[in-house]
Parts: sequence; C-alpha cells; structure tokens
Amino acid sequence: MPSIRLVNVTKKFGGITAIKKLSLTINDCEYVCVLGPSGSGKTTLLRLIAGIIKPDEGEIYINNKLVNDVPPQERNVAYVPQYYALFPHLTVIDNVAFGPLSRGLRREEAYKVGMHMLEMTRLAWRAESLPYELSGGMQQRLALARGLACGAKILLLDEPLGALDARLRVELRFRLREIAKENGLTVIHVTHDQEEAIVVADRLIVLRGGEIQQEGPPSQVYNEPKNIFVAHFVGGANFFEGFIAETDPHGSWVQLRNGFILRVNETRWKVGEKIVIMIREEKTEIIKGIKRREDINLLPGTIKEASFLGDFVIYGILLDNGDNVNSKMPTLLGIGKFKIGERVYVRLRTEYLRAYPYPPQGLYQELKVM
Amino acid sequence: MRRQRAIASENVRLRLIRKIDDFSAKNLVKCAVYASSIIFFFTLILIPPIAGILENIGKLKTIYYDPSLLTSANLAIINSFTMAFTVATLDLIAALPLAWFIVRSKMKIVNFIDVLVDIPFLIPTAALGYSSLLFWSSQDGISRIFGMETLIPPGFALVLLLHFAFSYPVIVRVMVGELLTYREVYEVAARTLGAQPFTAVRTITLPLLKPGIIVSFLLAFARSLSETGATVIAAGNFENGPVFIFKNIDKVGEGALVYVSSVLILASTIIFFLIKLLAPSLKFPIKRAFPSIERKLSSYEVVKFRDGATILVFLIIVVAPSLFIALPVLSALLDGTVNEMVAGSELWNVFWRSMLISYAVGSISTLMNVVFGLPAAVLIARRKLGRATSIFKALVSIPIIVPSIALGVSLKFFWGKYGFIPEFWVIVFSHTTITYTYFVESMSAAIEGIPVEMEDVAGTLGAKPFTIFRRITLPLTKYAVFSGAILVFTRALGETGAAKAVVRTKEFQTLPVLLVDWIINKRATSSQSALGIGLYIISAFLVLLALRFIIRERRR
Repeated sequence: MPSIRLVNVTKKFGGITAIKKLSLTINDCEYVCVLGPSGSGKTTLLRLIAGIIKPDEGEIYINNKLVNDVPPQERNVAYVPQYYALFPHLTVIDNVAFGPLSRGLRREEAYKVGMHMLEMTRLAWRAESLPYELSGGMQQRLALARGLACGAKILLLDEPLGALDARLRVELRFRLREIAKENGLTVIHVTHDQEEAIVVADRLIVLRGGEIQQEGPPSQVYNEPKNIFVAHFVGGANFFEGFIAETDPHGSWVQLRNGFILRVNETRWKVGEKIVIMIREEKTEIIKGIKRREDINLLPGTIKEASFLGDFVIYGILLDNGDNVNSKMPTLLGIGKFKIGERVYVRLRTEYLRAYPYPPQGLYQELKVM
Repeated sequence: MRRQRAIASENVRLRLIRKIDDFSAKNLVKCAVYASSIIFFFTLILIPPIAGILENIGKLKTIYYDPSLLTSANLAIINSFTMAFTVATLDLIAALPLAWFIVRSKMKIVNFIDVLVDIPFLIPTAALGYSSLLFWSSQDGISRIFGMETLIPPGFALVLLLHFAFSYPVIVRVMVGELLTYREVYEVAARTLGAQPFTAVRTITLPLLKPGIIVSFLLAFARSLSETGATVIAAGNFENGPVFIFKNIDKVGEGALVYVSSVLILASTIIFFLIKLLAPSLKFPIKRAFPSIERKLSSYEVVKFRDGATILVFLIIVVAPSLFIALPVLSALLDGTVNEMVAGSELWNVFWRSMLISYAVGSISTLMNVVFGLPAAVLIARRKLGRATSIFKALVSIPIIVPSIALGVSLKFFWGKYGFIPEFWVIVFSHTTITYTYFVESMSAAIEGIPVEMEDVAGTLGAKPFTIFRRITLPLTKYAVFSGAILVFTRALGETGAAKAVVRTKEFQTLPVLLVDWIINKRATSSQSALGIGLYIISAFLVLLALRFIIRERRR
C-alpha cells in the first residue's frame, strides 16, 4: 500500500535549515496538501520524498520500507515539478512513454500505456505534438499523464496549477483530485494558494520555516487554527492585542487598546497576561443602531472602505480605539448596506473568538509570511 | 516470422540497455567515470605543462649571463601583453556596434554581414597571417591603390591589424549571443520613463551586458596573447613572446625558453584572474544623464554614421585582408603551380604528409577531449564536486589563457623526458591540452542550460543514469557536443605555436608549422605558398562543411 512516513527528517543547505526534524505520515490513497509561504520547505519536502536529495538526519519510509539510500528511479514515486520539466525534444506520446520505457517495458506496451494515460487526461489527440505547442493547461495534464504512466501510485505535485490562469486553475484542481481518487493514488500536492489547498485536500499540512505548524482536515485547520500564523495564512482574520483584565469560571475579560473590553470563553489565562485575539473576517458582524446596556463585545467604529470581490464584499472599519478590522459578507447581503463614513458597531461573538499567547517576537513578526 | 525476428531483436536491445543501465546505476561505476575524467585532466592537461616548467626552473639563471638576450626576452613579454590589451580594447570598441547592428537592424544586409563575421574564424590563423601580409604589405595588395610599394610593412602595426582581424569575430559572436538573450523590455521601460535611446543603452543595457563584455574582452585578449603562426608571418622585426620563442627555439639555450614561457604562463594566468575578479566591480557611468548631448547622439544621422563607420572598419580591416588570399591562390591555379603539385615533388609530398598528420592529430585530440571532457563538463555544470567545483572550473580554464607556444615549450620539456613515447603521440597530447578548455567549457555551459529538474524527473520516472544521459541530456546537448567538437578540431588544426614547440623531427611537422616555415624561410615560391595555403583553407572548409551538414541532419 502506498504510504509515506517521515521520521525526524532534517535537511540543510549550507547554513540554512530547510526542513527541521519533521515527522509526518501520509496514508494510502490520501490527498494531502502542503501549504506554506515561499521558503517554508515545501519543495524540499517533495524532493526528499522523490529521492532527488537525501536527508541529513532522519528516516524516510515508503510502503514501510526505509528509502533513504534508494535512488529516485527505484522509489516508484512520480514527481511533477513546478513548470513540469516536460522534455522539449520529445513528442507528447514520447514524453508519456518515457517512464514505461525506462522501466523496461517493450516499446509497443509502453506506447499503449502512454496512449491510455493521454486518453484519461484528454490529450490523445495531441499525441504527436511537441510540448511547446500545447497550452498551459495541456502541459499540466501532460505532466500528470507522464507521472501516472510510469505506474507510480504516489504522486508528488509541486505547485501543479501555479503556472495557469485563475479560471483554469479552478477547473483543473477538481480534475486533479478526481484522477487521483479514480486511480487510488496517494498524492502530496504542494501549493501556496490556501483556497486551492482547502478545496482539494483530504488533509492539510501547514509548513513554516521547515516545521509543521498544524495538520488536519481543512475544516479543522480553518476553524481551529493552532497558532496565529496558521490563522493568518489559512483564510482572512482580524487580530486584537490585549491584556487579561479579569477571569471567572466561564471566561475572561480582555482589555484592548484605549479601554475597549472584550469577553472570551477561555479560562486558561492569568490576569495581566498579554494575549492576541483572533476572529475570522466572515464572522465579524457589522450592526447599525444603538448599543443596549446588556450587549457585550460590541465595538464602535466607522466604515472606512468597501471592496467588492464578486461573491463577497469586504468592509474595512476603523474602530474608535484605533484598531482596524475587516468584515466579509456575501454580496447579496452586504452590497450597499453600509456607506463610507457611516457610524456602526462591530459585533464579535464570543463563540467565534480564539485567544493565543502573545508571540515573543511581536504580532507583526508572527504574521509575516516571507 | 519477420515480426518474431523484430521482437527478438527488440528483446536483445532492451536487455543490453537494461544491463548498461544497471551498470550505470552503480555508485562505483559513476565514481569510476568521473574519476577517470579527473585523472585525465590532471595527468594529461594540467600537470605536464606545470611540471615541465618547474623541473627546468633551475635553467632560468642561464639567461642572466646574456644581458642582451634577457633584454629582448623582457621586451617580447611586454609587447605580448601590450598588444593583447590594445587589440582587445580596440576590438571591443569596434565590434560591439557591429553586434548591435546584427541584432537590432532590420536591414536586409544584416544576414550578409552576419555570414561575413565568421570568415576569420574559418580561415586558419597562419593562412590569415599570410593573407594579411599580402593585403597590407605586398605590392599587389592595398598598397597599389595608394601607389606605394608597401603601405604597412611587417612589424607592430601589421601585427596589430592582424590580431584585430582574428579577435574581432570572437567579440561579435559573444555579444550577439548576449544581445539576443537580453530582455529588451528593460531598455523599453527606460525609454518610456524619458531616457534617450543612447542614455537607455548607456545606463541600462550596457551595465546589464557587463558579464558578456568582460568574457568577450578576455577571449579576445587570450586569443591575441596566444597566437603564433600568423604573428610570426606578419612580425618582421617586431617580437612578442610567441615570436621570440618561435624564432629562438632552436637557437638559444633552454634557459631563455624557460624564462619567457614561465613568465608568459604566470603573468597571463594572474592577469586573466585579476581581470575576471576586478572587472565586475567596474562601474558604468550611470548616475547622470546628459539629455541634450545624448539626444544628438541618438539622432538618426549619428546612428547611420555609426553603422556606416562600423561596417566600413569591418570590411576594410577584417573581411578584405582575410579574403585577399583568394587572389594569389587563383593566380597559383593559373600559373602552372597546380600541374607541378599534381606531378608531385618532394615539396608537395611533405605538404600532403603534413596535412595527413594535422588531420590525424586534430581527430584524435578531438576524440580524447569528447570522451574525457564530457564527464568533466557534467561535473562542472551539475556542481558535483561541491565547493571544489569552482576551483576545478578555474583550473580547466587555464589552458585557454596561457599562450599556446609557452604551453608547448613546457610540454616539450615534460614529454621529452619520456623518450619512449612516440613523437606523434606527444603532438597529440599537446594539442589535446591546448583544446581541452574549449570543449569542456562549451559543454558545461550547454548542460547548465538544461534545467536540472528534467534529469530529476526522468529519475523519478524510473530512468537510470545511462538512460537519462542517452534520452535526455545527450539529445538536448547534441548540438553543443558537435559544436564543441568542431571548435576543438579547428583549433587543433590551426595550432602553430604548440606544434612548433613539440615537433622534434621534420617528418612530424603539422601543416601550419610547415606553411609558416615555407613563408618565413622562403622554402617555397610565393605561388607554392599561396597554393598550399589555399588547399589548407579549402580542406578545412570542406571538413567544417561536412561536420555542419552532419549536425544539421541530426538536428532534424
């Protein structure tokens, strides 16, 4: 069964550690997306699994077999690099038949397998073309067909949709998942596009500085981010800095800048502790009207901008304490609802608020993705 | 039946490939291939010239007993570097506008000029030297137009014109390549921001092309420093390092040869690396713009004048002297010299023998360089030696920097110790040394051009090292392999300096050495020399044409 296991893997390039003591298990037929900013070690991780580079420390197992010293051609892992590395001097069918031929298949059989893969990726009609004659989407499908033709059950995709236009990207990401599931493949799909990752993955792995920040089903990673970086990188969020002013058995009161107070449903904090509160943009509500005395977590502010995104509208609000927040709502509900300069309240429901310890290097540094 | 036979032969082929594949995947085999290429480099290319000089360094002191010889040796060395520096600078000034014209001009004449540029490349330098001598110095040349007997007599000026002509295409070719890969969008952006065309080129394009300019300057510098055969023909009383060695190789003691050779080798290596190190920090004047002056310099009239002057210089100083040899060759064909050649004589027997030796030496040294140079090129391109790769690369470039006759002298000392090695092989080894860099550098550049991901992906698709090389690397670099081989072959065929230094007996004289001997020692009539040179050019041309035809066929 095609499974992958990494145990305490470290990879350094000169003085830079690209992967730090990383442990990870990927199960049979699982579609895993590795998400992270540039330089987080995503491509290094793929190249380690493909056998193109060797780890400095740790073990890599494929199908429970230690493969640290196994060369790429013996691993039975298909690697599709960014920009595909299609062989420019070989026709489409020659590119696809390259793997089977290299594995010793007779020419006829190799081309039969190749044609089958081209049919599956709807490229059979371009079999005699050269790679440069294909469109971006076709090149991507050819790279996929070539990877699948060698019979590998593990597919490593490095930013497979990165070179395509937005429309094609949306179309092809579903096709990718479909092909993987139809063929019982185990896939590691590297991307820095969080929307793409959330949509196609069975499991999401968020990488930063060569370390796993969080892994789990996309909904879990999105709704329950383990730290500020994950919250910021996967989806839009608002952050508030504050101190714990008071605690009780049901929650804590947090003092924000300029005397604003927020209630959170967490009891793990001590009075005086500095924390960061996060709420997703789409869970940040804007309400008109007057605050009632019993209302909590209602912060006054002024609408500063409105950005139309097609399906959604994002309102930018400057709170009276100087903090900025965004509120995202479906266009149907939100378009034209508020005017620039209008006085409003922002409601932050306690059940949607999550609190994190204040990062030692500061909030700004923690939110940096580069 | 036929189908079964086809299947059987396919099976045999597959089995054989699989065996070689399995063999190539073994670490020991990979190490052995790379180790053999490194051993080849050190034992045949690098150590012999160094050891040859070092072993004889003790003889240096003998030159101090002869102050006049020492003075003329020192002068020759200084002349070598002065000439190389002057020629490279003048060439850069004159050739850069032509490269620009070839890449940017939309005129139809561009294609014709582009073809003409390669002429000095195609004509062996000794032949070029004779052609220039006849063009500038003989009564039948350009002097006739001015009603003079000799417009430019053999000496410094003639050598300068000659070196200018044969180094010129080097700069044009390198700069055309650079300009073709340069993204014009930067220049366009500068112009949309208000820069005059001249300002945009001065402040944006030229600074970005600096690496190419440095490389072309160094190549022209090295070519001028190293050339021997043509220089000897055009030198008259002028002496630079190679001419000094050429003229004195059989006359003076080994001390003088060791002195001049060692100083040339050491100084050229130091200067080369100094230029390579310091030139990148040279700044172009980009901080200021002079709109009114630069507007005038960008005007249609000035640009047309520049193009006209560039083409004129190119035609008069580069093309005409190179092609002038055709006239005496034609007259030799008509005045009965051909009949004499066909009838056969001792002179022509020696000529044909030398031609055979030259082609045999060229072929064998090319083959050796391809076989052992290819793994070395992979080592450099894929940085397989880690940090040591840069050192290896620098060492590989040395033979191209050092004047070939100086290299020849040290090789003569080194191989001279091993009397049992036949003279023919000593000549082959020395030509291999001199041409090694050309192949390895052109190949490593070609391999670097292939994204390493292609080989990585081929590996993950199941291909073993031999298949990756056979089906990916080689097809993508095939053109470079052939071009590199042609470069090595033509360089070996045209080499005079090293051949002169290592040849011990007349039976093994290569063709350029023989022809230079014919001309400067007047061993043949001018008609015979012209015919000999003509045959030399035609044969080289035919071989080149054949090789290019093969390449074109294979590219299809």
